[in-house]
Amino acid sequence: MNIRTLTFKGGTHPPHSKKATEKLAVQAAAAPKVVVIPMQQHLGAPCEPIVKAGDEVKLGQKIGEAKGFVSAPIHSSVSGKVMAVEPRLYPGGTAVICVVIESDMQDTLFEGVKSYGSLDNLTPDEIKNIVKESGIVGMGGAAFPTHVKLSPPPGKHLDAVILNGAECEPYLTSDHRLMLEQAEKVVFGLQALMKAAGVKKGYIGIENNKPDAIEALYKASQGIEGIEVVALHTKYPQGAEKQLIYACTKKEVPSGGLPADVGVIVNNVGTAAVIADAIREGMPLVERIVTITGAAVKEPKNLLVRIGTSFKEVVEQCGGLVENPGKIIAGGPMMGIAQFTLDVPVIKGTSGILILSEKEARLPEPSNCIRCGKCVDVCPISLMPINISAFSLQDKFEQAEACHAMDCIECGSCSFVCPAKRPLVDSIKVAKREIMARRKKAQSSQAKG
Amino acid sequence: MELGRFLVSPAPHIRSGESTQRIMLDVIIALLPAMIAGVWFFGINAILVTAVAVVAAVASEAVMQKYVLKRPVTVSDLSAAVTGILIAFNVPATLPLWMVALGSIFAIVIVKQCFGGLGNNFINPALAARAFLLTSFAGDMTNWVAPGADAVAAATPLGLVKGAEAATQALPSLMDLFIGNVPGCIGETSAALLLLGGLYLVYRGVISIRIPASFIATVAVLTFLMGGFDASLAAYHVFAGGLFLGAIFMATDYSSSPMTPMGQIIMGIGCGLITVVIRFFGALPEGVSYSILLMNVATPLIDKFTIPKKFGGVKKSA
Repeated sequence: MNIRTLTFKGGTHPPHSKKATEKLAVQAAAAPKVVVIPMQQHLGAPCEPIVKAGDEVKLGQKIGEAKGFVSAPIHSSVSGKVMAVEPRLYPGGTAVICVVIESDMQDTLFEGVKSYGSLDNLTPDEIKNIVKESGIVGMGGAAFPTHVKLSPPPGKHLDAVILNGAECEPYLTSDHRLMLEQAEKVVFGLQALMKAAGVKKGYIGIENNKPDAIEALYKASQGIEGIEVVALHTKYPQGAEKQLIYACTKKEVPSGGLPADVGVIVNNVGTAAVIADAIREGMPLVERIVTITGAAVKEPKNLLVRIGTSFKEVVEQCGGLVENPGKIIAGGPMMGIAQFTLDVPVIKGTSGILILSEKEARLPEPSNCIRCGKCVDVCPISLMPINISAFSLQDKFEQAEACHAMDCIECGSCSFVCPAKRPLVDSIKVAKREIMARRKKAQSSQAKG
Repeated sequence: MELGRFLVSPAPHIRSGESTQRIMLDVIIALLPAMIAGVWFFGINAILVTAVAVVAAVASEAVMQKYVLKRPVTVSDLSAAVTGILIAFNVPATLPLWMVALGSIFAIVIVKQCFGGLGNNFINPALAARAFLLTSFAGDMTNWVAPGADAVAAATPLGLVKGAEAATQALPSLMDLFIGNVPGCIGETSAALLLLGGLYLVYRGVISIRIPASFIATVAVLTFLMGGFDASLAAYHVFAGGLFLGAIFMATDYSSSPMTPMGQIIMGIGCGLITVVIRFFGALPEGVSYSILLMNVATPLIDKFTIPKKFGGVKKSA
């Protein structure tokens, strides 16, 4: 195997904590009796429900229509009867309109679910359309609609697709297992993405703490022109889009710009796999692999879960909890969102359900900044988190902006590494929100004037 | 599944094992070899001075925080203990103990707590204390003795180089300088053991090599050039006096040194430059401590002008 090992500047080394599930094959979760499917699972405009209480729906049938370009339709993950269309809590932390479906446990397939045949017979536009109609979004967590990435703004020329198999978040192993068990599907998805984007070069970047996945994808991509598997140093946040692009191509995405500005689009390996399913089986995005782990979970697992299954049901299939949870997190421990209940559904972006013990979840008391500069050393954007944080805490948002607060990718490396346990990224997020609000205000007052 | 109370808070949900206390403990561990050498060379007095300096520093911090500032007492972070040890390292073993205690109190109460406590002092507290003691008690602060049980009055190697002291005494060998078998402050004489401590700190990630390396290299290069291309004189200047103590343990003080990589190199070069200027042209034989204090004052400015170029600072394509 002739594989390059690459990385980016800065970053930190949280403990991997992947032992519990990295050797466990993905199992299909028990089919849920009821699914709660939010109409907002992606970045962008929410979907409009196109079914109402009492309607019969089938597996794979569209139930939410995308409104706006940056949006992705939503499909039913079971066959059965719509019980309600109403606001429910979802892992984003708020209540959004959800379609609640009682499954008939038949999994009757929707008539429209049909194979699109081989990649050779599809044009780039047809592939883009399949991706769009199948409701495919980034499976890494941010859930950005994939067809939008495939349609860069006019004038931007693409020359490479990068698949993100870094999985730099501790604890999570869903991408790792996917790459091991479905390497061929990932490569097929990458070929589809390359064809849709009209590029000849494809990278698959994988952290070198997963040598078996690197080998699997290297083998699966043998003999396919233009695809290179690259090993990445195991360092957080290696899977952050701009850092991954830099590692693979040594190009810096300009501040405030898009990967397309350097001719690249990045997709998660999970996204490539669901694109393969969409093309070969016609199956829209209705299920995903979720790592359920953490010290409070009895039997950590990697499960293939239908979208809309409640966290509670998924956790019960892992033997339940061994102790009262310290914290329930949708996603990984570095960027995941803490939940205040288990009564939320798994959505397209749910890569993991992490349940920490009370001991692990305990927050340390912050003390005086000692100016050690470790936050400066680890910041992958080469910002000075300490300065932005200090300005934010004093409500000096203009100064925070001058320190490039808006370039922060919120990876949390600074908070993680701080010996004084200062919640640096929290105050930077506050500054970003405040700066955004002020910009909007300035814009609207300009429009009025 | 009934859930009890649990936490909801923003990411990241895990934190590194690093802590202020652990960093300070590492500094103390790194100072231990030189401390043992100080006791070996200067005897029981060195232990007494160190003990008094540490106790006075910790006690004055506790009293100041509890009774004057009415804030939580944070002596368990060990930063006051580090300051105490560094003060002891910067005075001769013969210094009367009440002066030692006064130095500690000055460092903690005036330099550290009056400016906001840990992380907010704008100059190195231990060096400020040294400057305070040197100005107030010049005689006692330069009452050097030769290492050994007899405690014979003697000049420091740099004093001899400068020719300010009685020339009857022979210059110690480079080897004696390196291991520390020369007159001087308690903790400054053994370049070898200070270097050992410095390597430990770099290994533990507590300090970066930037400040010490650029500081020592600047002194070496400048003394070589200014001393008429005399390599042995340059080596003498590098190993004598407080250069290793200053470069490794004092100039790297977090609160009073720059945080940016470029700023740290500027700090080291600046310290080296001022040290050599004082040693060659100043009235004093030694300039390490004043060079660091001067660069401490320049630190906010250095940090401001050396902000790293952010990732993505490239021009956006049209």
